[in-house]
Amino acid sequence: MVRYVIRRLMWLVLVLLGLCAITFILSRIVPSDPAACYLGPRPRPEQVEKVRVQLGFDKPLYIQFAYYLRDLSHGDLGESLRTHRPVLQGIWEHLPASLELMIIGIFIALLVGIPLGVISAKKENTAVDHLSRLFSVANVSMPAFWLAMIFQIVFFRWLGILPIMGRIDTVVSLVSPVKEITGFYTLDTLITGNWAAFKSALSHLVLPSLSLAAYSTGLIARMTRSTMLEVLREDYITTARAIGVSEREILFVQALRNALGPTLTTAGLCFAFMLTGTFFVEIIFSWPGLGTYTTNAIFLNDYPVIMGVTILMAMFYVAVNLLVDLLLAVADPRIRLG
Amino acid sequence: MEIKKNRKVRLNRGREYWRGMNLVLKNPLTTFGLGVIILLIATALLAPYLAPYPDQGRGLSNLKERLVSPCFRHPFGTDNLGRDILSRIIFGARISLKAAIAVVLIVIAIGVPLGLIAGYFGGKIDEIIMRFADMILAFPSLLLAIAIVASMGPNLLNALIAVSIPWWPWYTRLVRSQVVSLKEMQFVESARAIGVSNLRIMFRHILPNCLSPIIVQATLDMGYIILFLSSLGFLGLGTQPPAADWGVMVSDGREFFLEQWWISTFSGAAIFVTVFAFNLLGDGAREALDPKIRWRFQRT
Repeated sequence: MVRYVIRRLMWLVLVLLGLCAITFILSRIVPSDPAACYLGPRPRPEQVEKVRVQLGFDKPLYIQFAYYLRDLSHGDLGESLRTHRPVLQGIWEHLPASLELMIIGIFIALLVGIPLGVISAKKENTAVDHLSRLFSVANVSMPAFWLAMIFQIVFFRWLGILPIMGRIDTVVSLVSPVKEITGFYTLDTLITGNWAAFKSALSHLVLPSLSLAAYSTGLIARMTRSTMLEVLREDYITTARAIGVSEREILFVQALRNALGPTLTTAGLCFAFMLTGTFFVEIIFSWPGLGTYTTNAIFLNDYPVIMGVTILMAMFYVAVNLLVDLLLAVADPRIRLG
Repeated sequence: MEIKKNRKVRLNRGREYWRGMNLVLKNPLTTFGLGVIILLIATALLAPYLAPYPDQGRGLSNLKERLVSPCFRHPFGTDNLGRDILSRIIFGARISLKAAIAVVLIVIAIGVPLGLIAGYFGGKIDEIIMRFADMILAFPSLLLAIAIVASMGPNLLNALIAVSIPWWPWYTRLVRSQVVSLKEMQFVESARAIGVSNLRIMFRHILPNCLSPIIVQATLDMGYIILFLSSLGFLGLGTQPPAADWGVMVSDGREFFLEQWWISTFSGAAIFVTVFAFNLLGDGAREALDPKIRWRFQRT
């Protein structure tokens, strides 16, 4: 087990090195001058020259890459060319908003997806099953940004019951400001007992997290259905039925427990995928998270930010994969890691 | 006697083909998906004849009729430059399909030869190619694509490259797994015995035998690729205006959409229906071909 973890971690380092190399090379092929970028509009040539030397852009590419890796190993992702603030700090400030969205999103996906899959498997090839499968495929096929916009039209424009911009109502945040402890507004307001802000933060979360959850819901329902179908055909289920265990217990306890493995793997990957999914949802809902931070950087050609986010996200993605594998091995003694 | 004989002949000729087709079409949802796709292809081919305002579909603006809501003359309304949305969506089908086909071709051109080499030669080459493929699959693919276009500069060509880079390893894996079993078959051994060159064995003898899974996979991937490309387009990293890309249109309509909802709604619906149809078809095909195969984790 320990050896397996070590091997996976070494693999992770290799993967990240590869990713760094790819993004680094790509970001430097483009004919944009990072030094000019650093100085803002209309810099004087001698200024540009000075900054170029100062930031090391005059050195050959492989030396620049070596410098980047050296800084990276100290946890330094460089500083933004535009704001001149450390990239890591920027990411750190924007991360909680995205994470809050993702955590609520994955909960919604699990709460809707698993029961849907179980019922679908139970009623295989009936109208209920067909409908739920149609629902799953539709969820997976929906562009998140489009779903988000439809939600805005229906729940804001037509029904007028839910807000669509930002994390909290401006008036509420002025009257009863959120004291940031964890950066998760719902949690912070709950801890401080700031009910008005809590209600506002929660209502702002509904539509973005639903849009983010749609894709994962479909995938989880789908995966649960297919594993449940397999498990329900096994002998121990027949035995359980024969000795008179109630159908509900068979479905949701006996069978589901054994079908949960692949579902949780899927959920883990979905959670990791949501990091990119938030890009689209955040744009639509003006959500001040990582997605907004990154898309702004993309349009400003702020390559240290683009690279920093890419590397951290890839790290997160690979780490979640590893964690899911390990959790499964711990939960299920039949799995041996080698 | 006569009838029975005929039937047998027909069965022998196309048995496999028909069995597969019947299984696929037994499910009404799959048939529906196939129907929509055929319709879409026809729309793309006949765009200049089907679109009510072909010039506007290509990007000509018509400032006299800006932001007209859906009516008889413009069933899906017009955008902020007065262009008929329906015509734009019809022309968008062309762009989406062309781009998706281009990605599939690039991915096959890279992934298939690498898979052939890895599977056929085995050993060190196999190890290097497959490790590299695994490494690319370890990244979140949409993020990788975004990072690539963001660094190389946004345009359609870069978007096509950016989508292909995270995608080819799937084909390398697919082909390799086929080649590994095929190369042990007698016909390969016979070819080698009479002195056929490795290159010729790989491309003339082995490749034709793994063509059908490649084609099936490519068809199934079309939906995801279209979704992927329109997501890039939405971020402004794919097709550039004035070409009618569905993702770009959704993004263009965003500015007005709480009042002029039709621009984004209908162009997004075009993406949704297309991807939905491909996924329905893919779902049915997968189930018919191999019930054991799990839904391959989709790459977003």
